[in-house]
Amino acid sequence: MTSETFRIGFLPLVDAALPILAHELGFAAREGLTIELVRDMTWATVRDRLLYGHTDAAHMIAPLAIATTLGRDRPPVPLAVPFVLGLNGNAVTFSTRLAEEVELGEALGDPLAIGAALKRVAATRAAAGKPLRFGVVHRYSSHNYMLRYWLAGVGVRPDQDVEIIVTSPPFAADALAAGDVDGICVGEPWNSIAVDRGVGHIALATAQIWRRGVEKVLAMREAVLDERREEVEALVRAVHAAAAHFIEPGAAEESADILARPEYLDAPQDAILRAITDRIRLTPGGDPIHYPDFMFQYREAANFPWRSQAAWLYSQMVRWDYMAFDSAEAAAASDVFRPDIYRAALAGSGAPLPGASSKLEGGLHEPIGAGSTQGRLTLGSDRFFDGRAFDPDDIQAYLAELP
Amino acid sequence: MRIAIIDTSAGRAAVISDGLRDAGLHDLILVDTTRPLVAQIEAAAPDVVLINLENPSRDLLEDFFAMSRALARPIAMFVDQSDAEATGAAIDAGVSAYVVDGLSKQRIKPVIDLAVRRFQAFSRLQRELDDAKNALAERAVIDKAKAILMKRRQIDEPAAYALLRGQAMRTNRRISEIAEAIVTSEALMGDME
Repeated sequence: MTSETFRIGFLPLVDAALPILAHELGFAAREGLTIELVRDMTWATVRDRLLYGHTDAAHMIAPLAIATTLGRDRPPVPLAVPFVLGLNGNAVTFSTRLAEEVELGEALGDPLAIGAALKRVAATRAAAGKPLRFGVVHRYSSHNYMLRYWLAGVGVRPDQDVEIIVTSPPFAADALAAGDVDGICVGEPWNSIAVDRGVGHIALATAQIWRRGVEKVLAMREAVLDERREEVEALVRAVHAAAAHFIEPGAAEESADILARPEYLDAPQDAILRAITDRIRLTPGGDPIHYPDFMFQYREAANFPWRSQAAWLYSQMVRWDYMAFDSAEAAAASDVFRPDIYRAALAGSGAPLPGASSKLEGGLHEPIGAGSTQGRLTLGSDRFFDGRAFDPDDIQAYLAELP
Repeated sequence: MRIAIIDTSAGRAAVISDGLRDAGLHDLILVDTTRPLVAQIEAAAPDVVLINLENPSRDLLEDFFAMSRALARPIAMFVDQSDAEATGAAIDAGVSAYVVDGLSKQRIKPVIDLAVRRFQAFSRLQRELDDAKNALAERAVIDKAKAILMKRRQIDEPAAYALLRGQAMRTNRRISEIAEAIVTSEALMGDME
């Protein structure tokens, strides 16, 4: 193995696409790199391989990179995120029974209206001693935080009115089918697989909860970044080129074909293709609907690691770990995201580079031109469903206002 | 010290528990992976949980451990920054572990080291078994090919084997590959006279 090889861990999910395509379509080779992909079934295994050098980098849920750095549940190991692999691309899927009880329609509904109906059902179930139970993919996942943000925002208290447990992505549809959970919040293609199996009904896309929510990241040990700085920058260019290709209208079929293979997602090509093209089948046998904001892999500098995204995740970690805010931890969490590496890697490439490293999250209600040091950058609405905005410089005030 | 073993391979779980018992550790819980894990772990209240690295229930289990910390039953990963080499060896062998917070390293280390050695031994056994199976399968194919040659060419067994061996040497392939080609073509064209 040469030093230009990156072993990259991943879980079988559509948003593992960029490193997979960088390898398969030659974007890595063009940067003089070899990518070897290591497939696992749980985030715990992905993390352990990364920490002990089985892999050099990993497709990872963003909050886990922060939790690992802060030493939640284990000795801390500093991780670095020079690149975001995508925004959103997840959904909340209800069991057929729960979908009937909250009277989900044929289209994507309003988060507030569905929330109000869910609140009634949750109260009935809790009174009957059988509280609703939701599955999320990991304790430290954006899925957990998005679901909880929505539930709390519509008056359903997580851990009190409803239970939230962990189901790893490849087993989420099974858990729904077996009746172990009443709903799941998971990445694609596992929602679509639940719908195609006739065991679930997609209630919401997570983009409806936060229009530009940070999702998977490319994570590595900070020590690896420091030792292999130039190669990491080459890797950033390779996955960035893969991202630009990924959203080309003619590329979707081929991308879906590659991702569907047994060594990658080992899942039906048509479910993957629907996710890539933002066409989501909500109900078994229904026609897919087009929701253009479903997943973002490239546009609006989606791959730029905004420090304010990491700060928002930290705010939710404090909120749902029921721990006190700590300004040193908040700073350490923001430092996991490395816009400096992203900028260095893509300087001179023509890719839009934001001038700032942090922004008000949820403050844009319509598309707006943003300051950039290179290229032209327009950012679309990044609203939270409840209209709140997050100021990364005043996390405590934000937390105090949340329900 | 109570040790719970969770392994998707029942054979390996048995090999590990035997090893621990030999080392004088008798308070062992073999978790039934076909039933819900959390309830079993909760009931057993182990001090150490040994689990195979790729066990599909690890995220669920770690969530449970984090929750139980909230209930004042602290559990942490055994991994210690000062002992990265040993941990690396464990990961290489495919072992992961969780340990009740506060248990001394001197008591845990022998358990982990033993588990690592047993995991490695199990992998070696598995490989040897696979090799033995392959060797058996190869011999069966070679015997079949010899029988085909003997019948077709009206030759005896040593001559049939010499033919196979000669072809393998000339084409730089394994005898079993040549034999397989013969068996396959016989299956496809054997009835063509």
